[in-house]
Amino acid sequence: MSSYSITEATGRQKWVAGVLVIGYALITLMPLLWILATGFKSSPDSIAYPPKVVFEPSLEGYVNLFTTQTRQSAEYLEANPPETWYEEIVHDKGMVIAGPSRFGERFMNSVIIGFGSTFLSVFLGTLAAYAFSRYRIPLKDDLLFFILSTRMMPPIAIAIPIFLMFRTLGLSDTHAGMILLYTAVNLSLSVWLLKGFIDEIPREYEEAALIDGYTRFQAFYKVVLPQAATGIASTAIFCLIFSWNEYAFAVLLTSGTAQTSPPFIPTIIGVGGQDWPAVAAGATIFLVPVMVFTILLRKHLLRGITFGAVRK
Amino acid sequence: MKTTHFLSAAALTAATGFAASGAQADELTLCWAAWDPANALIELSKDFEAESGHSMSFEFVPWPNFADRMLNELNSGGKLCDLMIGDSQWIGLGAEAGHYVKLNDFFEAEGISMDDFIPATVTGYSEWPKGTPNYWALPAFGDVVGWTYRKDWFEMPEHQAEFKETYGRDLKAPETLAELKDIAEFFQDREIDGKTVYGAAIYTERGSEGITMGVTNALYNYGFQYGNPENPYELEGFVNSPEAAEGLEYYKALYDCCTPPGSSDWYMSANIDAYKSGQVALQMNFAFIWPGVNADPNVGGDKSGYFPNPKGPGGHFAQLGGQGISVVSYSDSQDAALEYIKWFAQPEIQSKWWELGGYSALKAVVEDPGFATSQPYAQTFLDSMAIVKDFWAEPAYASLLLAMQDHVHSYVIAGEGTAQEALDALVEDWTEVFEDEGKI
Amino acid sequence: MSETVMDRAASATPTKVARRIKGLSDRTIAWIFVAPTVFLLLAVNIFPLIWTIRLSFTNFRANRPNGEVEWIGLRNYQRILTDSDVWLTMQATAHFLFWTIFFQVILGFALAWLINRKFKGNDLWTTIIVFPMMLSPAVVGNFWTFLYQPQIGLFNYVVAFFTGADPASFSMIGEVALAPWAIVIVDTWMWTPFVMLICLAGLRSIPDTIYEAAECDRASKWRQFWTITVPMVLPFLMLAVLFRGIENFKMFDLVVQLTGGGPGNTTTLTSIDLKREAFEKWRTGFSSAYAIILFVTVFGLASIYVKALNKVKER
Repeated sequence: MSSYSITEATGRQKWVAGVLVIGYALITLMPLLWILATGFKSSPDSIAYPPKVVFEPSLEGYVNLFTTQTRQSAEYLEANPPETWYEEIVHDKGMVIAGPSRFGERFMNSVIIGFGSTFLSVFLGTLAAYAFSRYRIPLKDDLLFFILSTRMMPPIAIAIPIFLMFRTLGLSDTHAGMILLYTAVNLSLSVWLLKGFIDEIPREYEEAALIDGYTRFQAFYKVVLPQAATGIASTAIFCLIFSWNEYAFAVLLTSGTAQTSPPFIPTIIGVGGQDWPAVAAGATIFLVPVMVFTILLRKHLLRGITFGAVRK
Repeated sequence: MKTTHFLSAAALTAATGFAASGAQADELTLCWAAWDPANALIELSKDFEAESGHSMSFEFVPWPNFADRMLNELNSGGKLCDLMIGDSQWIGLGAEAGHYVKLNDFFEAEGISMDDFIPATVTGYSEWPKGTPNYWALPAFGDVVGWTYRKDWFEMPEHQAEFKETYGRDLKAPETLAELKDIAEFFQDREIDGKTVYGAAIYTERGSEGITMGVTNALYNYGFQYGNPENPYELEGFVNSPEAAEGLEYYKALYDCCTPPGSSDWYMSANIDAYKSGQVALQMNFAFIWPGVNADPNVGGDKSGYFPNPKGPGGHFAQLGGQGISVVSYSDSQDAALEYIKWFAQPEIQSKWWELGGYSALKAVVEDPGFATSQPYAQTFLDSMAIVKDFWAEPAYASLLLAMQDHVHSYVIAGEGTAQEALDALVEDWTEVFEDEGKI
Repeated sequence: MSETVMDRAASATPTKVARRIKGLSDRTIAWIFVAPTVFLLLAVNIFPLIWTIRLSFTNFRANRPNGEVEWIGLRNYQRILTDSDVWLTMQATAHFLFWTIFFQVILGFALAWLINRKFKGNDLWTTIIVFPMMLSPAVVGNFWTFLYQPQIGLFNYVVAFFTGADPASFSMIGEVALAPWAIVIVDTWMWTPFVMLICLAGLRSIPDTIYEAAECDRASKWRQFWTITVPMVLPFLMLAVLFRGIENFKMFDLVVQLTGGGPGNTTTLTSIDLKREAFEKWRTGFSSAYAIILFVTVFGLASIYVKALNKVKER
């Protein structure tokens, strides 16, 4: 096309569009920035009335997030001076650290269940997607539709029989149970997405490999898998984000052992009242990885969120 | 590839996780709500760990999710908790569904007598059926709804003068609910230190038990009763008596005239936030917050005072909170759990419990001559514990509570219908629950 | 679901490749590959579904596993369909569904259209706009309760700054009139980028040549917009609406954190009501019937919608 294109916007149009979009983006960012800022406020500043935009930064929220604290008498505090900077923060409020908080454990649960279920659903999904892409399978369309329809049921509705099933099988509040459940939920996404990616790999590569004497299986993992690596990676990230963010199943089916972060973070409570700096600190730590993933996923975002229905 | 690492790490952690949840007889998990007293209990329990060799871990769930999570845990037969400091209203369910271990034989063998505890707490936290000597818990934490007020604001001469002029009496802690409303009205929208402040922070929360725990403080004192004293399941005319409707109207009037904007879904922690950030003159809350208020840098010490729930035209009561400690019947470490209760019941541990901010229910502690003056709120606590009344503790308590939350919130906060209609609807729902239960 | 859109690639598959060279037969491999997925989905979805249907004809209560279970036929269904509270939650859900989709479509399309002007740095800003939708609704929703506090939150002060109203004069989650909009606002904040991304793909799929041809015909920009842009983007937009519709019909986490269903029952969506019946009152049989009704509703509506979507595609 020549330097002048009819569909290309004029400079002025671009400027106006830019200002409007950036304006929207800034508004959209405000709640997130407020979470970030609240994490660095002291307790009184976080609930200041009216709210404080300018404040003296404090690490109190992060210290509270990782510790459990007890109030102690003045004599006790005097006899036991703080030894570290974080003990000092706690000490200044007339408290002592009684031990670590549950946040670390809950975060690890999110990691274990997130990665475990992601691995399984991508593993199973790749196999199924390959089969759906390359072979004639009876009732293929129905099966694919069935796989997708499992996503339509409200999680609370599925949770009723799952709750009973887990109770019978002893899977309530276990990592294994949650990994299985999230794998099943993620499979629909992973099969649909991966089928799209594998469809795009020309069959000629495999055929050439087969003629070279590879078995079907070898052709699959030596030729197709490397070609599908990007697709598998982005599918994995989508699955991970789902498990990472999931709330309804987690709140109903886990409690002390396998609880993940989403049901936990809103319930972080400090000494007297909800501890907003600690909640914000926890939210920040929890949300940042997803933001990083979002940036990495930029190119495949659309495909991921529409089950492969729309490809750029 | 990275994923293999993830898998092996996951498998490893999962495997060790299972091992830990196995039958290690001397690792006890205690479940309770996440709040100040729970943190104090961690500190207190260090003695037990040193003494007995058992190790303790704790599972604390914040109030709005506490009942949900823990009842879910019990109903799924979970082994997470060996010891449960469960809410007073669960005792019926715990006993009838077999979640809790009956403690009578244990108390007898160890010489623990329920006569040594405040009678209201024994009835409230331990007995099922109520009024019979069947014990399912040891009273662990006495708690009751009371009020906190900004003494410094009350004492400002200009407020004193203006209040006297308007209402013809001194501005001080109220004796009746009507007086309380006057005070809240007086402070509503007042300018203090350059900020607009409001009258009172009261319980209005929708999702769990908040508004019920608040509104009962007005209902009881206007003459609401849960049922016919002769026949507890006869509700008509007791739950929805004209006096009860008046009590409900009072609570709505208090909400409409004298609470901060946006306080439509507030429970313990939101009320604390509002009070500590200087938004309100009065705060309704359970007694457990008082040690925290007293120690607060902004509103603590002389700036705050405490008073029990004021009386109304129909009586003088306050909503009971607090919990007993029970042994969970699904636990693999019941013996060690009983050992903990035995240790916890000792008078010296109980008095240390009070020092750390736990409200002991042991008579020896609260009747000690030094008790009432040991803390500025100690006398208020004693006065409040003398007038307690509790919500249903039936096995179907959750359904009863949900119905009450629904109808009360719809009337008080959403302004639907009249007080009488709300209570009539409540009688209807409760009757249905009891019919489903086979109690009627 | 929209087979025509999604199965494009699948239907284009030649079949002669399925030729056996060495090792396992293709048929065996295909089954080995598909079986675990199908098995897991049967175990975690279909088996429970059948169980739910069974339970829905009983008065079973999960908190009393040893209690007597009676077959009560269709009574649960009857009770639900005649329960006025259930219809109220349906109304609340419909209000939420309609307005979230309405705002998200308008805002999402407008943003996509603006971004498609391809101003400098549009990629960066697009990514920033996308952030909210990738985050955990429970965690973010919880924080919004804080933002909505009239005295200590940010929202009222921002509104006050732009409109001059008194920040203490209104409470987003406390007033019956405002609470349904409070949840719409947060959902729109989170999910507008979703509609935006799909619209953007639609806009970018329109070949420049069509506009050039229109330009030659001296069609006005306004006319081009309505005769080219809108019809070409419509199938994409409808797909976005389908996804948002299904998701918001299931809505639970965000709203439960924001309002807990209040004030009164103003924002009690069906999922929240279902959760209370199933996991607080433990009326398992009753709530199983409730779940089946919801599933049939969403499945039925989605199927009708997909038919319409396919018609639009074919045009």
